[in-house]
Amino acid sequence: MSTSLPDNPATAPTARPAKRKLQPWQWVPYVFISPFFIIFAVFGVFPLLFSVYLAFHTWDPSLGMGAMQYVGFENFSFVLGDDWFQKSLYNTFWLSIVSGLPQHLVAIPLAYFLNTAFSRWRNAVTGLYFLPFITSTVAISLVFSSLFSRDFGVVNLVLTGLGHWSVFGIQPLSWLFPTTNVDWGRPEYTKWMISFVVFWRFVGWNTVLYMSALQTIPKDLYEAATMDGASKKQQFWYITLPLLKPMMFVAVTLTIIGNLQLFEEPFIITGGTGGIDQAGKTAAMHMYNTAFVDSDFGTASAIAWLLFVIIAALTWGNNKLFARKD
Amino acid sequence: MNAPFRVGAIALALAISASAHGATTLTVASFPSLDEGIKAAIPLYKKIKPDVEIKLVSLAFGDHHNAMTTALATGSNLPDVMAVEVGFIGKFAESGGLEDLNLAPYNAKQYANKFSKFTIPQATGGSGKLAALPVDIGPGALFYRKDLLDKAGVSEAELTKSWDGFVEAGKKVKAATGAYLLANAGAIKDIYIRSGLKDGEGIYFNSKGEIEVTSPRFVKAFELAKAARTAGIDGKIGAWSNEWSEGFKRGQIATEMMGAWLAGHLASWIAPNTKGLWRSAQLPGGSFGSYGGSYYAIPTKAANKAEAWEFIKFLSLNKDMQIEAFRKLDAFPALIEAQNDQFLDQPIEFLGGQKARQLWKVSADKIPAVDVDKFDPIAAEIVNAELEKVLEQNKDIKQALADAKSQIERRVRRK
Repeated sequence: MSTSLPDNPATAPTARPAKRKLQPWQWVPYVFISPFFIIFAVFGVFPLLFSVYLAFHTWDPSLGMGAMQYVGFENFSFVLGDDWFQKSLYNTFWLSIVSGLPQHLVAIPLAYFLNTAFSRWRNAVTGLYFLPFITSTVAISLVFSSLFSRDFGVVNLVLTGLGHWSVFGIQPLSWLFPTTNVDWGRPEYTKWMISFVVFWRFVGWNTVLYMSALQTIPKDLYEAATMDGASKKQQFWYITLPLLKPMMFVAVTLTIIGNLQLFEEPFIITGGTGGIDQAGKTAAMHMYNTAFVDSDFGTASAIAWLLFVIIAALTWGNNKLFARKD
Repeated sequence: MNAPFRVGAIALALAISASAHGATTLTVASFPSLDEGIKAAIPLYKKIKPDVEIKLVSLAFGDHHNAMTTALATGSNLPDVMAVEVGFIGKFAESGGLEDLNLAPYNAKQYANKFSKFTIPQATGGSGKLAALPVDIGPGALFYRKDLLDKAGVSEAELTKSWDGFVEAGKKVKAATGAYLLANAGAIKDIYIRSGLKDGEGIYFNSKGEIEVTSPRFVKAFELAKAARTAGIDGKIGAWSNEWSEGFKRGQIATEMMGAWLAGHLASWIAPNTKGLWRSAQLPGGSFGSYGGSYYAIPTKAANKAEAWEFIKFLSLNKDMQIEAFRKLDAFPALIEAQNDQFLDQPIEFLGGQKARQLWKVSADKIPAVDVDKFDPIAAEIVNAELEKVLEQNKDIKQALADAKSQIERRVRRK
């Protein structure tokens, strides 16, 4: 390794004692760690800084690098006053809450249940719940859009089947279930459908997060509580929940960040358009369309940074909320 | 120490000898199914130019155009020959990154009247720069299920005579067979706003750059679409969705209006089981329009421009190659000489032996040379959104179009 290097490594420091010179074997670790920094600089830092630069310019990339023009804050003022952006932001918040809240409300009791009810099969059952999370979003969205297909979907088949179920010529369930196919692509259903897919996909992930936190809670707390005569419900409420709080903070933060960047599920389910009346168009989709359909990379970068500010503010708020008593 | 060096030397020697064998390697960037045309061209071109190696780089439709946009932006990783679909040609023609084929050494002006007349203006940018040569076109056609129409007692003439007749026919088809006449009422709007245009006129913007969406053409288009929706004859299905292809497979959709190439898609993957049941006709109400079409361009920074031009001329101007592509991928030739070939007289089995290609040629001749604007995709997006409001929420048509106009004004703020 070092055959071509000077024989006496000690000569260099003595020659110029003021400046510490790294010897080849000393900078080797930096070489080994450099791939990460090079890749991070090229694919992480550069695009980040470039998009800051772009947000203050107009740029249609097919016109070449020379086509950039400085416009100051015009992109930002345009986006803030844009009703499509406002609508996509509204959709994003709607989807975040409707798909995000149930994730945690289901995942916490589910994790508690899995943790207490299963001993030997716990990991296998957890794996089953985790499966949607590691499945390709594209595949999931395609499967769900076939399930929710208006004329040929299984969901409508089951619902109308129940609606038409008849006993002695009367249909007792027809008031509750539809008797004609439901068009899930209509604007009033689009968001519910997307929320359901997102919920289904991430509930397992949150369950795993909460289970890992549950396993760190010392058993003697429960034993002591049992000795004092606390019921299972009281144990859950007064021991499990408070001790889960740090993990709730992590999980809710991840949900906020993930849901505000929601893209793949609505994009595939609505065929990239956002559906009728843009009911399923999220802010991330709006950003993508502005860049790649309208070829307006400057405005798209401005959208990206406004989204960043919103996500940062919400994460900060979440931090205040959960970290208050600690 | 020695062994790696030796391996390196051998690799270097191999690389040199390899490049000495094939004098030029031409990189062609394309997308499916247009790339089938390149695959078919490679052996044929090898016979004419044995020293040219053709390397095909094919990406999915959207990815290809994104990659080309990026390559044009940065001026790197550009192919020698670039495929451009008609939806992107307006944007790319304005770009500084493509060669002007009207200038020397290309001098493509001399070939302009060899192609269907609407193709060259589409590829011409604002300053008269020709960005690409056409290879195939998509003459608009109506496809209909003859068996379903027969069952409803509707003749082809009744269906295509006028747009009002089309809607009336749809009611009969729906009543007799339960099938929708068309997948989406929006399709009527799409054709109607393109019909009756003269050469040089734009769809959304006129020659002065003024927004046209409040004109009677758009009002009538919206009214017709609304009438179809009210009559319940459209399936409210988006093209290329699962519902759409399944609808054709099961005979739930009786007609579709698209480019002539749809016959190939129906036969090969959408609904091969309906072979022989389909027929083709001209679009209703004497409309003529173009759906899709492909071009090949040369980037300014391409390495082998001269060879690239030779290859593009082979793809576009060689009659045998154009017919070969027609045979292989149902790409209707842009070259008029190829449109006059006997191949057009062959019956199409999928269309019950109809000689539909002659019909499509008539359509190709009549399509006006519509002016393409860089902002057309944005205008189309806005108009579609307003149409949905009219169809779904009963929004007033005049109001919707006025809103569309102000939206377009807002969004093309830097025209």
